[in-house]
Formats: sequence, structure tokens, C-alpha cells
Amino acid sequence: MEYAIIFLPLLGSIISGFFGNKIGARSSQILTSLLVSVSAILSLFIFYKVLFNNYSDNKIIFNWINSGDFYVNWSINIDSLTSVMLVVVTFISSIIHFYSIGYMSKDPCKQRFMAYLSLFTFAMLTLVTSDNFLQLFFGWEGVGLCSYFLIGFWYKRPSANSAAIKAFIVNRVGDFGLAIGIFLIFFFYGTVNYNEVFDLTPTLLQEQVIFLGIEFNLITLICLLLFIGSMGKSAQIFLHTWLPDAMEGPTPVSALIHAATMVTAGVFLVVRCSPIFEYSQVALNVVATIGMLTAFFAATVALVQNDIKKIVAYSTCSQLGYMFFAAGIGAYHVAIFHLFTHAFFKALLFLGSGCVIHSFNEEQDIRSMGGVWKKMPFTYLLMIIGTLALTGFPFLSGYYSKDAIIEFAYLKGSTIGYCAAAVGIFTALLTAIYSWRLIFKTFHGKYNNKESNLNSIHDSPMIMLIPSLFLAIGAIVAGVLFKDIFIGFNSPEFWTSSILFLQSFHHDHPPYWLVIVTPLLVTISIPLSYYLFVKNKNILKYFILKNKNLYNFLINKWYFDELYNLIFVEPIKKIGLFLWKKGDRDIIDRYGPDGLSKLVKTLSDKAVQFQSGYLYHYAFVMLIGFSILLTYLILY
Amino acid sequence: MIEIGLGHYLSLSAIIFAIGIIGVFLNRKNVIIILMSIELMLLAVNINLVSFSIFLQDLTGQVFTMFILTVAAAEAAVGLAIIVIYFKNKGSINVEQISSLKG
Repeated sequence: MEYAIIFLPLLGSIISGFFGNKIGARSSQILTSLLVSVSAILSLFIFYKVLFNNYSDNKIIFNWINSGDFYVNWSINIDSLTSVMLVVVTFISSIIHFYSIGYMSKDPCKQRFMAYLSLFTFAMLTLVTSDNFLQLFFGWEGVGLCSYFLIGFWYKRPSANSAAIKAFIVNRVGDFGLAIGIFLIFFFYGTVNYNEVFDLTPTLLQEQVIFLGIEFNLITLICLLLFIGSMGKSAQIFLHTWLPDAMEGPTPVSALIHAATMVTAGVFLVVRCSPIFEYSQVALNVVATIGMLTAFFAATVALVQNDIKKIVAYSTCSQLGYMFFAAGIGAYHVAIFHLFTHAFFKALLFLGSGCVIHSFNEEQDIRSMGGVWKKMPFTYLLMIIGTLALTGFPFLSGYYSKDAIIEFAYLKGSTIGYCAAAVGIFTALLTAIYSWRLIFKTFHGKYNNKESNLNSIHDSPMIMLIPSLFLAIGAIVAGVLFKDIFIGFNSPEFWTSSILFLQSFHHDHPPYWLVIVTPLLVTISIPLSYYLFVKNKNILKYFILKNKNLYNFLINKWYFDELYNLIFVEPIKKIGLFLWKKGDRDIIDRYGPDGLSKLVKTLSDKAVQFQSGYLYHYAFVMLIGFSILLTYLILY
Repeated sequence: MIEIGLGHYLSLSAIIFAIGIIGVFLNRKNVIIILMSIELMLLAVNINLVSFSIFLQDLTGQVFTMFILTVAAAEAAVGLAIIVIYFKNKGSINVEQISSLKG
């Protein structure tokens, strides 16, 4: 059964990728969707077994590397953490496969798209089921590669190509950290298998290591390097710049890869390595700080963006920040719970945005939308559910997970915990405002689109709406159903050994005001945003005019892209140009291949003159040669 | 009366050989003349062989001459056939115009 979960998507990908033209677009779409759905149902079954029978297993597919003391297996490791990730990945993936049938109906390369989606699912599954760092790294790079393919899916658009390259390169920075982390682990532990590494960790606490001339504690250094990998994949601040640009890809891709699954791989890595992170308070503090910064930063930027997908992308970034600071304060299970609920409502929001974009004929700017909620009631409803869940409106999924993060942070009791709680509450408010801004600008107010007629706007086809409906149900009930299992009092029994908690949590009830403050803020932000964005836009205009600098700062995304351009891109471009023009073209080529070929050409041009074609010339030359030879023989 | 000895024969053959060589590369008119010059060179060699054969009292040289004459006849036949075909194709056997080997 485990084999089927992993390899059915790969099978679908191979068939659709290599034989797609033979079996036709329609059948490859249906085939891949069905195969992924089967693996989704099977993973639900695994989850059920883990939940009720405490099932855990490590199926070794084959021995991958066996060299001296170093051995790595290719394996399927099932425990509670993996089973949760399996459900998230396969479930969201199958929904998005079906949705893509509708969304990509006008695209000529349907088979290729489905093949990439399935291949991505396979890579993500190998990532979450691995029992060692090496297989994890394989999956990690695999999802990165598929992400590159899918961002650049519309390869005729230059912007899509550059976004794909940007995503790939920024991820390389993170992956470099991850790779060095794994090297360090191998160097000091002599193994990369999770179990052995985690067992050995307590014995290496005092180990010091010199890195870049600075002396580090070994565990801290490993954690920080692994976390750099996570930052790249999960688009945390400083390495986040690729995520908004990745929205150049088709919307189902944004929903699957850049919201629900791939970007959460970083969170997964930190949680998976909790037995290492738990021993390094420094690393945990760094994780929490970066998480807070990202949550806050992305939320502020999302406030002023105008591209519907970019708003949702920054919101993803911000929610990933939540997950990281949850992990940073040691509440790994809450981070995974938020990952779980977030997958549903964020995929829903993306699919909803996809429906909107589809209806508006590829229009993505929310300034040229508005007033269409009566025309597309179903999409409107989906978006409302997604937004309510995202903002943490009481009793939807986001409410349980996000409030749990804030409460756990508060109950942690340390400075960083209080900080995290404060940032969490403030960011929740910002989240509510930008999400409702998106809704109100898209669906309410005046109709602003000049390109298409108001009457031509209508709901998307059923093949897109029904999968979204599943996600909507998930977004509503995922929180309330799984709250007790994931973060309740007995949750350690569910997580068993897959997550390590060194300190047990205070199970006191958080103060009453804390429980109530976030939902309250979120709720009052609805009428507030309605007033600001629909009723009385003048206040906002006045505010923007007054704080022009702040507004520019936010709309330019804190000038991160400009800064990176200035620090990295421009100098490297100059060095590259110099090396290309001066080094390669003017020196190596000029004296190397080009020089040689020019020399040969000059010589042969000279030699050609002998070949006059006249018989008597040849005879003459022969005679001369013959006489010289004779003379030589006679004389010597 | 001068005694005609080996030296005279060799000189004759050398002169004929030189005429043959000069005929090959001074000739600007006709391919057939080149063929004839080659023939001339072969004959010069024959004279050489025969005169040495008499001088050394050894018949091998004269036998060899017969071979060379046979080969020369065959060669002349083949060469003339080639020239005929060439003339049919190109309409000229002027040496000046034969330069398709030019690089």
C-alpha cells in the first residue's frame, strides 16, 4: 500500500509525460488525476491506521548507497508526522489535478502539465517519507526542479522564464546551506539516517566546531544550516523574493506548490529535526525571530499589492512565518497543525483566485475588478470561506491553528514567546485587513474592468468548482475535527517519537483576554475594511497621500528586490560580462580555438595555391622532388 | 671511325629521357603530347636496359624490355581511351583548360 502511494503519481507522470501524445490529452488528464486520487485514498487509510493503531513502519525499498560505514536506504518511513504530510500532499494534489482539467482546458500542452504535477507529487512524497537526510535531499531538489518546470510552464513569456530562474537560483542559496548541514551531520555523526542521528545528538552537545573562522556549537551550527535550507524553500525573509514572482506559473501550480505543499517542506524539515533543534536554544530563537519577521513583513507588503495572486502569495509567506515561529518556540505540533489547515484554506484561496482570473480572462489586477459577486456567487462563496478560514474567524480551521500558535507562544513565558504572541496578534489583524481588501476590491464596489463586459462574467465550469468545494469543506472542518488529535492534551500520544519535546508545555488555560482578542480583532476588521475599501475610499487616499514614503516602501516590497539587485545581481552581472567579453572571448577564444582555426586556415590558403590544377605543374613538382631525392641518395 | 660504346648509348638514352620530361611540362597544347612524352621516357629507359644487357652479357635486361614494351602498349591504349572519353565530355583536350583539380 505504501508503495502504491509513492509510485502511482510517478507512474502517472511517466505515462502522461512520455506517452501523452499517444493516449491523448483527455485520457492523460483523467489517468493522472485518478492515480493521484487513489494514492490520496490510500494515504487517508494510512492516516487512519496511524491514528487508531499507532501504526508505524519503515519499508526499505532498496539499499541505495553502501560504502564502508556509510549506508543509506531508499525507504518509506511511516510515522505520525509522515502520515499527516501524506494526507496533505496527496489530498491537495488530487484536488488540484482535477481542477487543472478545467483550468488548463485551453492550453495546448495539457499532458506536459499533468506530468509535471504528478512528478512533483512523487518528489514531495519521497521527501516526506524518507528515513534519512540523503533521500530527503533528493526529494527536496526534486520538488525544486518541478517548481522550476511549472513556474516556467508558459515558457514563451519572458517574465515566466526569469521568475523560474529566480526561484531556482534563490533556492540554490538555501539548498547550499542544507547540503553543508547534511555534510556536517555526516562528518560528525558518521551517518545520515534519522534514527541514528537523533539518538547520537545528546552525546554531541559539547562539541565545538570552527566555521568561517568563528567557533560554533556543533548542534547550533547544524540547526542553523538546516534552517537556511528551510528558509529558501519556505520563502522566509531574505530568501523570500522568489515566491511572489513564482506566481507567473499557472494558478493550480501556485495552489499546489507555492501554497499548500512545497513551501511547507521547510517547516516539515524543522519539525522532523526537532530532536536536534530541541538541543539548541540559539537556533530555536533564530527560527522564531525569522518567523516573526517574515510573518510581519509579508503581511505589511500584502496590504498594498494589487495583483490578486501576489496578495495571496505574500499571505502564504506570512503564514509560513507563523509556522516557523511556532516551531521556534518549541510548539512543533502546532506548526504542523497550522501547516495542515493552511494547506486547505490557502489552496482554496488560490483556486478561488484562479476562478476569478479565469472569469476575467486572465486579468489579475484587483483594481480592474469589482462588483461581480452576484455574477459569480459560487466563486464568491468559496473565496469568503477561504478568507474567513485564513483570517481565523471563529470556528473555522484557521481560528484553531492560528490562535493556538499565539496561545502557545504566550504560555511559553519567555521574552521571545511574548514577542511572538504580540507579533502574531498584530499580524492576524493585518491578515484580516488585506484579505478583506482582496475580497471587497474583487467582488464589491463598482465594476472597473474595461476589457470584458460585466454580463460576460460568470462562474467557472463545474470541474473547477467541485474540487474547490472539497477544499472549502476542508477549510471549514479541518480545524475543529483535528484540533484534539494534533494539539490537544493527548497529542503527544499521537505524535509519539516523531516529534521530540524536551520541555513539557504548561497546560494552564491562557488568560481570558488573550483567547478573545484575536477573534475580536479579526471580526471587527470586516466592517472596518468594508468601510475603508468600499464605502469611503477618501480616508484611504488621504492616508496614502500623508504617508507617501511608507506607501512606497510597502508597495516596493521593502525594496528587497532593489537591494539584492544592487548587492548581488549587478556586480555578478558585471563580473560575468567582464569574464565573458574579456576573459572568454578576447583571450581564450581568440588565442585558443579561434586562433588555431585561423592559423590552419591561413596555412591551408597558402597550400591551396600549389593546387593549380595544371598537369604540367604537378609534373614539374614531381620532377623537382625526384631530383632532390636522387641528389640526396647519391650524395649521402 | 669512332667505336660506338656503352657511353654513347647511355648519352642517347639520357637525351631522349630529358626530351620526354621537358615535353611533359613545357607542353601547353595537347594531352596526347604528354602521353607521347611519357612513351618517350619509357623508350629511353628501354635503351638503357638493352645497352646494359649487351654490355654485361646478360639476357635479363632484354627480357625486361619486352615486358616494358607490352606494358607501354597497354598504357597507351588505356590513356588514349581516357582521352577520347574526356574529349566527348568536355569537348576539348587542351592542357590549358584542364584544371578541375584546382584547389
